[in-house]
Amino acid sequence: MDRSLLAALNAERAARRAAVVVTDFASGRQRLVREAEVGADPLAAEVEKAIRSGKSGIAATSEGEVFLNAHLPPARIVSIGAVHISQALAPMAKIAGFDFEIIDPRTAFASEERFPGAILHAEWPETVLTARPFDPYTAVCVITHDPKIDDFPLISALKTGCFYVGALGSRKTHAKRVERLQEAGIPQSSIDRIEAPIGADIGAATPGEIAVAILASVIAAFRKRKMFADRRGETEPS
Amino acid sequence: MSETVTELDVLKTAERWAGEGRSMALATVVETWGSAPRPTGSHLVIDAEGNFEGSVSGGCVEGAVVSEAIDVIEAGEPRMLEFGVADETAWRVGLSCGGRIRVYVEKVN
Repeated sequence: MDRSLLAALNAERAARRAAVVVTDFASGRQRLVREAEVGADPLAAEVEKAIRSGKSGIAATSEGEVFLNAHLPPARIVSIGAVHISQALAPMAKIAGFDFEIIDPRTAFASEERFPGAILHAEWPETVLTARPFDPYTAVCVITHDPKIDDFPLISALKTGCFYVGALGSRKTHAKRVERLQEAGIPQSSIDRIEAPIGADIGAATPGEIAVAILASVIAAFRKRKMFADRRGETEPS
Repeated sequence: MSETVTELDVLKTAERWAGEGRSMALATVVETWGSAPRPTGSHLVIDAEGNFEGSVSGGCVEGAVVSEAIDVIEAGEPRMLEFGVADETAWRVGLSCGGRIRVYVEKVN
């Protein structure tokens, strides 16, 4: 492997973009295929499959065996709201293997004391997302109950094609939310992607139980790779 | 997921070593059969002194991969290694889990 290819691969990973390293065993030649360049690659179908499945493997070509190593960004969960549910979700997400971040401009909620060791942004989502935008490998849970905080990241998550988007609130609260999103010009197909009420339907009642329900939904979306189908059909240019 | 995070660390380590001008090789699991401890795509980076980061198995064959990697760093040509119960080296450095893996070892230039 060339050092330049290694550096380019690490740059893609740091930017949370998928990439595939293709190695030709016969010649020892290697190339980096970035997610945005898949269509132009001679092995476009195989590379696409590697990115979709997240699985690396050997492909047979007319010139012999090649190895496709798929490098997908680590999945992360972003919680909009440093509330009781997020306090339960933070350690659970870590145990399940997800990166976890919290955004909440209310400093009384988003405190180190309430979330020891967590990645915490005590700022408005508008500010945080300018510096660190969502990406397709992100699950977004909006759980503050406050439209002033929730709506912007919710719309941003739908436009980005985040692999999971869930919103806390009763059916009545969600109906009002849907009205606001429609007024903001969000297409119905995108609005339908929001899981509301948030989380798997297990009758969760306490904050801890709701966190389990949310995590179950996020894992289902991640493992069933729904994210990629959703993205192709519904992602809009931002 | 955590596995990917580990992977990221190995490749970051490799880049850091490259920046320090160390000679090194990258080993990659390219194929697995049966119950292999590390999935396809897993990396181990090895320098000329035998220092290494990452894993290609649960620690069963790393020693053998490291010594092969030192040869690869000197020779420059990539090598394909195979480990498993069916392999003649099994009694020496086989996988106790009964799986079989193929590992590609290449120099980082």
